[in-house]
Amino acid sequence: MNIEIDYTVEPEVVKNQPSHSSVNDAIAAPLETKPSIKYYIALGISGSLLLTGAICLGFSFYYGVGLWGNNQPVGWAIPIVNFVFWVGIGHAGTLISAILFLFRQRWRTGIARFAEAMTIFAVITAGLFPLIHTGRPWLAGYLFPLPNQHHLWVNFTSPLIWDVFAVSTYLTVSFVFWYVGLIPDLAILRDRTQSKVKKIIYSIFSLGWRHSNRHWHHYEMLYLILAGFATPLVLSVHTIVSFDFAVSIVPGWHTTIFPPYFVAGAIFSGFAMVQNVLIVVRKIFHIEHIISLDTLEKMNKVMLATGMMVGYAYGVEFFIAWYSGNPLESFVFFNRVFGNYAWAYWIMVSCNVIFTQLFWFKKIRRNIPIMFVIGVLVNVGMWFERFVIVISTLSKDFLPSSWGYYKPTLVDIGILLGSFGLFFTLVILFIRALPVVSISEVKAVIKGSQPQHH
Amino acid sequence: MENKENRNLYAVGALFDSPNKLVAFAKKLVNEGYRFWDVHSSYPLHGLPKIMRLKWSPLGYVALVLGLTGTLTGLFLTYWTMSVDYRLTIGGKPWFSFPAFVPVLFELTVLLASVGTAIVMLFIIFKLPNNRHPLHDSEYLKKVSVDKCGIIVESHDAKFDYQTIRSLFGEYGASEVVDIYYNEEEIAYKPRVFEPKFIVFLVVIAILTSAFGYLFNNKVLYLPPFDFMLKQFKVNPQSESMFFADGFGMRTPVAGTVARGQRDYPFKGKPDEAGEKLVNPLLSTNDVLELGKRKYNTFCSPCHGWRGEGDSRLNGQFPNPPSLHSEKVRNWSDGRIYHVIMEGQNIMPSYASQLTEKERWAIILYIRALQRSLNAKQEDVK
Repeated sequence: MNIEIDYTVEPEVVKNQPSHSSVNDAIAAPLETKPSIKYYIALGISGSLLLTGAICLGFSFYYGVGLWGNNQPVGWAIPIVNFVFWVGIGHAGTLISAILFLFRQRWRTGIARFAEAMTIFAVITAGLFPLIHTGRPWLAGYLFPLPNQHHLWVNFTSPLIWDVFAVSTYLTVSFVFWYVGLIPDLAILRDRTQSKVKKIIYSIFSLGWRHSNRHWHHYEMLYLILAGFATPLVLSVHTIVSFDFAVSIVPGWHTTIFPPYFVAGAIFSGFAMVQNVLIVVRKIFHIEHIISLDTLEKMNKVMLATGMMVGYAYGVEFFIAWYSGNPLESFVFFNRVFGNYAWAYWIMVSCNVIFTQLFWFKKIRRNIPIMFVIGVLVNVGMWFERFVIVISTLSKDFLPSSWGYYKPTLVDIGILLGSFGLFFTLVILFIRALPVVSISEVKAVIKGSQPQHH
Repeated sequence: MENKENRNLYAVGALFDSPNKLVAFAKKLVNEGYRFWDVHSSYPLHGLPKIMRLKWSPLGYVALVLGLTGTLTGLFLTYWTMSVDYRLTIGGKPWFSFPAFVPVLFELTVLLASVGTAIVMLFIIFKLPNNRHPLHDSEYLKKVSVDKCGIIVESHDAKFDYQTIRSLFGEYGASEVVDIYYNEEEIAYKPRVFEPKFIVFLVVIAILTSAFGYLFNNKVLYLPPFDFMLKQFKVNPQSESMFFADGFGMRTPVAGTVARGQRDYPFKGKPDEAGEKLVNPLLSTNDVLELGKRKYNTFCSPCHGWRGEGDSRLNGQFPNPPSLHSEKVRNWSDGRIYHVIMEGQNIMPSYASQLTEKERWAIILYIRALQRSLNAKQEDVK
């Protein structure tokens, strides 16, 4: 597990020039050695959370959704908050792997594989919540336009159906992108492993890849095409999630700023989560050299920028509420800041807008404990942003006589913890099962790997 | 020419430590006009496609075609479901509400283009999975996987000459030259459809699938929580009720009331008066006879038979009624038959609640048509 060599994914960041075989050894090490006790502790914690969530879900399905805090008028509650939160977390991965690829940002090489995996796990977690939210997840087949005995089709003019298409497309395309990137690495692992069982598994999943340059030629084109498609896709997914709210006529939801505001927020929270997980993982697995401090600093800069976009959106919402002269709209926003849920609103503003301003200072951007805390706060803040949007808006709608106050129950909180458990369990298992850094991409950017023409 | 005799030779390969020497050798091969050769490296070598004179990858066009297919599929799906097959009026919008379909069209475009292009590349262009390639699992490829770059010249190239190639490799500074052979077993292996292992595999899959399908559809769906629709606080037809004194779940109309669409019947217990006073308001048009036939077949034919001959289909559970073609019934007026439908006769119950007024009269016209078919007069056959 101890990785002595100091190799880099970014020639301009690290001075050492590692050999190709040492790159193989370093990245394959977590797959070939017994994990330390720290690994099992991490797995134990996340597994317990997952179990808690599973038990809470089991109760919810057996006894019904009356175990949750959902009420009239707050019919969309914690499950939808969690859904939007986790879809948002998933956005950083595709941003890193596709958008930064198109912009030729080489610092993405070291973290792209990991971020893509986190995207897939976050979208899996997110995708469960609309099903959980229905209370009858076994009827979810009716979400898809499949011919059925009722001769009914889904309603294609509903944003909820757009969501089904957006999230499932996002999951599929992210998975294909991730798998295509894995094939050459799996071939490398196939050729180096000594274990018979692993050999069979790697042989099946590497599809007999043979590093041919006649193949690489098409492969690089495919990678470019996938990045080109994934870029508008990632922007569309959270746009469509925001349509779930914006297309309705509820004051506080019915605003055109929602799509860009949601996308910025998604990238913001996604980067915070990737940064958090990478800090822990590089510590547990001693891979501080792969995921360097410079990379983390760049991620903090992205968080600073997107955090300010989110802050700007908060401001513009208020400006429009006042400027439009619509009393309902003004009331909703006044209620957010000073109403029953003011506590949630101020948690959101302080975590998302105020604390992130610390990233203006280079010392803080490069200080791991402080950036970790800020990352956690950002995710707390972004979770509360969705809480404020969903719950404070619904709790005081058009008719004052039907206003209500929503409180999550213990089961709700258990399901939330379970979602973290699922996500982190998948992340922790991934670390031991597959190369967390793209071997072929790292090799390609090491100095001296490429032929000198002329 | 000893290699020509060795038909198992797939290629001669050389491993290079640095890509620069390899590139020089690749240029040599291109200039000499070799066609079947390849370069192997565990990462893409920049500029090599140009040197190898590879054609521009067609994947862009593949993605374009697949993407447009996705768009058109989405367009057809949304148009056909929302505007043709099951129209829903939503917010007074047109049935073909294009802006609302754009998100779905976009997602299907991206889905088909990206997944399809990846599949085309891996499975059609590369012909993967292929674990029987001579290079697969060779020492040559294992070294490429670690830190070498390799180049091979295949033996079926027209210009291939074993000795020349080997000496050329030496000249260009290859660190190692290897011969790559076809594996005898791999060549001899022919996948057979009726291989016992494969058949057993299919059988096991079939058994598991049917067992799962049976258990899920017949057992699991009747267990909580999946049975939530089965237990409801309502009275089902034909079921017992603890609430009503007579224990029947189904109720008869309250005395003195008339259901919607029905009329009070003034000839209760007066068959002859009904026969005299009631007149069939319908004409025996095609539509009316069709309606009469449908209702007759549903409600009357189980006992009276398809053609009214009293040939019941109830296997003696009820006594067979007399034929509708008897002299008596033929001479009855329409009103008299109507009375039988309304009040019943002997063992036959009233059908007043099952049939509307129009349907009763239509049935009577159909019975008239049946009667005429079995007792046709001379002038009917014209």
